[in-house]
Amino acid sequence: MSAKTLYDKLWEDHLVRTDDDGTGLLYIDRHLVHEVTSPQAFEGLRLAGRQPWRADAVIATPDHNVPTTNRASGIEDPVARVQVETLDRNCVEFGITEFGMSDTRQGVVHVVGPEQGLVLPGMTVVCGDSHTSTHGALGALAFGIGTSEVEHVLATQCLIQKKSKSMRISIDGALGAGVTAKDIVLAIIGEIGTAGGTGYVIEFAGDAIRALSMEGRMTVCNMTIEAGARAGIVAVDDTTIEYVKGRPHAPAGEIWDEAVRFWRNLHTDAGAVFDREIHIDAAGIAPQVTWGTSPEMVVSVLDRVPDPEQESDSTKAEGMRRALDYMGLQAGTPIKDIPVDLVFIGSCTNGRIEDLRAAASIARGRKVAGNLVQALIVPGSGLVKAQAEKEGLDKIFIEAGFEWREPGCSMCLAMNADKLKPGQRCASTSNRNFEGRQGKGGRTHLVGPAMAAAAAIAGHFVDVRDL
Amino acid sequence: MEKFTKFYGIVAPLDRSNVDTDAIIPKQFLKSIKRSGFGPNLFDEWRYLDQGEPDKDCTGRPLNPEFILNDPRYRNASILLTRANFGCGSSREHAPWALADYGFRVIIAPSFADIFFNNCFKNGILPIVLKEETINYLFTEAIREKPIELGVDLSSQQLIVPAGEVLSFDVDPFRRHCLLEGLDDIGLTLQYRDEIRAFEAQRRKRAPWVF
Repeated sequence: MSAKTLYDKLWEDHLVRTDDDGTGLLYIDRHLVHEVTSPQAFEGLRLAGRQPWRADAVIATPDHNVPTTNRASGIEDPVARVQVETLDRNCVEFGITEFGMSDTRQGVVHVVGPEQGLVLPGMTVVCGDSHTSTHGALGALAFGIGTSEVEHVLATQCLIQKKSKSMRISIDGALGAGVTAKDIVLAIIGEIGTAGGTGYVIEFAGDAIRALSMEGRMTVCNMTIEAGARAGIVAVDDTTIEYVKGRPHAPAGEIWDEAVRFWRNLHTDAGAVFDREIHIDAAGIAPQVTWGTSPEMVVSVLDRVPDPEQESDSTKAEGMRRALDYMGLQAGTPIKDIPVDLVFIGSCTNGRIEDLRAAASIARGRKVAGNLVQALIVPGSGLVKAQAEKEGLDKIFIEAGFEWREPGCSMCLAMNADKLKPGQRCASTSNRNFEGRQGKGGRTHLVGPAMAAAAAIAGHFVDVRDL
Repeated sequence: MEKFTKFYGIVAPLDRSNVDTDAIIPKQFLKSIKRSGFGPNLFDEWRYLDQGEPDKDCTGRPLNPEFILNDPRYRNASILLTRANFGCGSSREHAPWALADYGFRVIIAPSFADIFFNNCFKNGILPIVLKEETINYLFTEAIREKPIELGVDLSSQQLIVPAGEVLSFDVDPFRRHCLLEGLDDIGLTLQYRDEIRAFEAQRRKRAPWVF
């Protein structure tokens, strides 16, 4: 038998049928649903008189629209309220389990899935959300889909797919102290570009990936979509299995042993060939900060804002000029000299317990700088919040001058009340620095959680390794 | 879905690369539970000078005169010409819904983001990938005083340029078939319901922890 990549194994294991032209019908094990991209899909089912193929494969939670303050009084915005209530109603009508707004298990859908053991190694996982790539960290094939495909999966438990090309990105060696998973993935995007992964499924490998916790691997896989790839995956190892063990929906007893035996094979075979291989030296990665309006516009904290006049590609140079204009930045400015108005720590990229611990380790005993308008901590789920409170992290944050909020997507995409005003500059642990992403005219710099906390304390970007 | 037929349309040139779906349809409009009505808010932050809100009537809003779609030459455009990696970012299908509702039926670019590309076909929009040099040529034509019209013939996979020149393009045969016939994917997949059931039963035995 020829050597297979992990992606080959996951693909073949879920292939119901293949057409002559190579179009596959892929079986979907887990379908995550939230309020924004599902109402039209449920409406489609209703209009066609269809029922979900397997309602027990679906799990729902509202996250994009939910307020992060004063939960008890419900959602103030009437349009958002209707959308969340529509999800509640659809889940009841179609027999789908939902962690509703008042459930402690509610949270950002990509934090909730792994936390509950609802996403397991070897699964195919979809959600009407591009950051579904997060779940590849568990050795699952996971990707975002549109609403028509949400309806398709609800109705058929399958997706029509063509197999992607394969890429392996190896991060060789060990990361330096103070350098995190977020820095790895930003450095990768800086290297291959936001379209560098288009048409590929990327496997992340190498010593530095193996050394990451599951939370860190989720951060890396989460932003695979920002490199344009269909999915990101990491092979199963002891770290994966230890993470899954004992979670509410993880198997137990004999089935657990059987599952672990199967999961142990979820890695790329020696000698398997990838369409593209990239090697990056871990030791060369410094803490990263984005300066522009695309995640590929990223430099190390030690660098300066790049100069479009030095760029030979004219389309690229024009994009850089537009980005600098939008961001209100001058070429040549040291990154450390850029002041911030707000700090946002949270999201499906960096809203897990490890992220909050990293931020708290910087905030402990310090104060948020006087020039900051707001510094928000938004846990990724109700359970992350509870765990952080058990560890006293909430007190550290509050004493330092951060606001401690309820779980949700919050300022990552600013669908709720948490948003930037025009011209405001934010150090954010989220995943997109697009124009207007965090509010019309808002300026986003993507960083890791410790770097964000450090910027909040200093009032401008600093190298977290100097603290 | 309506059948995709041969047509002629005006080309609007949007000279930007990496246009993301947040720009195509900003987040506040995603609160709608409907599939229609997104056209007036297409490219909202670039198109208008004020802040758009879901319940705001767009007819009296101040237009950004520098935005290409506000140029009277491109008022009735149905073909969008743009740069690399169009539709990157969020998976929101509201992006193709907004483009279709506005009146775009074809988008031409050197490359597209994966999820957006998929979503287009589900909504009767044909995304066409052409070589960078062809895109550059079309841009020089499209920005002339009189906008150009292109003919789009999906069945023969051809674009007809005003001079009578014909450019061919590639499209996945299955997707082409679905667009031409206006087929519903779900109906197609459910033809294989017995195969899906058999696969599922086998998977249940092989990986019981999944169920």
